[in-house]
Amino acid sequence: MSESISLAEICISSSSKAWEGEGEILATGIGLIPRIAAGLAKLTHNPDLMMTDGETYLISKPAPMGKRDISLDQVEGYMSYSRVFENLWGGKRHAMVTPTQIDSFGQTNISAIGDYDSPKVQLLGVRGFPGNFINHKNSIFIPNHSVKTFVKGKVDMVSGMGYQNKKLSNGKFGIKLVVTNLGVFDFNAENNNLQLLSLHPGVSVDDVIENTGFDVIIKSDQPTIMPTSDELTCIREVLDPQGVRNSIFGE
Amino acid sequence: MDKIVSHKDVVDQLSNGMTIGVGGWGARRKPMSLIREICQSDIKDLTVVSYGGPDVGLLCAHKKIKKLIFGFVSLDMIPLESHFRQARQKNEIEVMELDEGMVQWGLRAAAMNLPFLPIRVGLGTDVLKHNPELEYVTSPYTDAEKLVAMPALKLDIALIHVNKSDEKGNTQIIGPDPFFDELFARAACKTFVSSEEVVSTQELGGKDGSIFNRFERSLVTGVLHAPCGAHPTSCAPSYGFDIEHLKEYSAAAKSFDEYSTKYLNKTHQEYIDSIGGSETVLNIPLPQF
Repeated sequence: MSESISLAEICISSSSKAWEGEGEILATGIGLIPRIAAGLAKLTHNPDLMMTDGETYLISKPAPMGKRDISLDQVEGYMSYSRVFENLWGGKRHAMVTPTQIDSFGQTNISAIGDYDSPKVQLLGVRGFPGNFINHKNSIFIPNHSVKTFVKGKVDMVSGMGYQNKKLSNGKFGIKLVVTNLGVFDFNAENNNLQLLSLHPGVSVDDVIENTGFDVIIKSDQPTIMPTSDELTCIREVLDPQGVRNSIFGE
Repeated sequence: MDKIVSHKDVVDQLSNGMTIGVGGWGARRKPMSLIREICQSDIKDLTVVSYGGPDVGLLCAHKKIKKLIFGFVSLDMIPLESHFRQARQKNEIEVMELDEGMVQWGLRAAAMNLPFLPIRVGLGTDVLKHNPELEYVTSPYTDAEKLVAMPALKLDIALIHVNKSDEKGNTQIIGPDPFFDELFARAACKTFVSSEEVVSTQELGGKDGSIFNRFERSLVTGVLHAPCGAHPTSCAPSYGFDIEHLKEYSAAAKSFDEYSTKYLNKTHQEYIDSIGGSETVLNIPLPQF
């Protein structure tokens, strides 16, 4: 590879592992990095994944970023919003999402920041988070790992449930992977604490500790595994030939 | 049978304090010409149920909403709805914030004349904390699982935008995703549709066309001919959402007068002229993701 590997590409490669071994389910990557990562998972280790064109149709190959000739999409099925709801209630989905806040329980917030009755910042509303997190596994991508995103105490408005309420779910609740601009994490430490699995290049354990508003277990301070040349080819030539990914970290 | 009505006829059916459901999804297929008509009326204190987009924003900007029942408010490409944000941040509206699926379940319960439907969604979240009126129900079977009893969201009136209709209210939604419009129609005492085209029954396309008929005509009280009536939201397959207009609309949260003078308090035809005519709208490409 002639170009150096970018942080976006490292995050895409790491995030694609969210769908490893998940079988024939609906992969939903919301936002730029999660979407490319879902496509990478389908092109590499999990070809059975179902994906949409971002609208209403299931298509056989992941839709590349940017403008494309949609007449070339191989449509294989139908996935209206109503059907997405039915699908997720059955648990056969794994979404990767970007909440505005996440706490030590794995609770997430996309609703509002500050006092609920007159929020400092009104966000989207809880959307499908309550249903997603109680019905199927999810993963998280955070592009700006800081004490404002990984908050001390509890998120301001619990939109997606956390590990302390796991017994309320249909048995499928779990946050499989948390990928940030600093490293790769999961919630599989004892008592479902957040733990560090690997650090991206140039990031120290202290950086992670300083930027996380709660205790993070250091399971490993190994460097994050770099994308393989096959993965880089998929990202650069197939999934994002126009380099839209570079905008996420201003690379 | 002739159910053709005007914009004014529809708004005359509304009264203060009613519960209104609005079809569509975010910036897609919203009955915007009817929303604009409501905004220029004296109607107030509405409870609005919506998968929200600029319908909610515009109603907020005109102080028409007492209470909003919603899962999100978003303009899709522009994720956050500036007018809704402003109303929330200034504590101008009451809210019942629900998961998207809970909204669907509430509409379905109303559609089925049930007081509630059980749902697991909402448990373990602050949706229950902020909606203390939501009650629980325990499964009467051996599992004895405790679930949320999602109450019926009964609507006085539903407003829905469709691609085609005849004068009897045989409607067609031709865009690939009908969203939850059928449930809005079933949950409502009266449903008014605005339609891109009003055609004869024969012109609906017989058996081939009937798959686009998402709910039966007995649910439709009135049919309004409103070409480009969803603008600035999209109406697939005819036109996409008008991103430039939505940006201008979003920016108007700071000072609404200029936007209002340019585009509002007009007849539907004057509105379409103000945005460059129907050809301009029909040339807006469908969004691509």
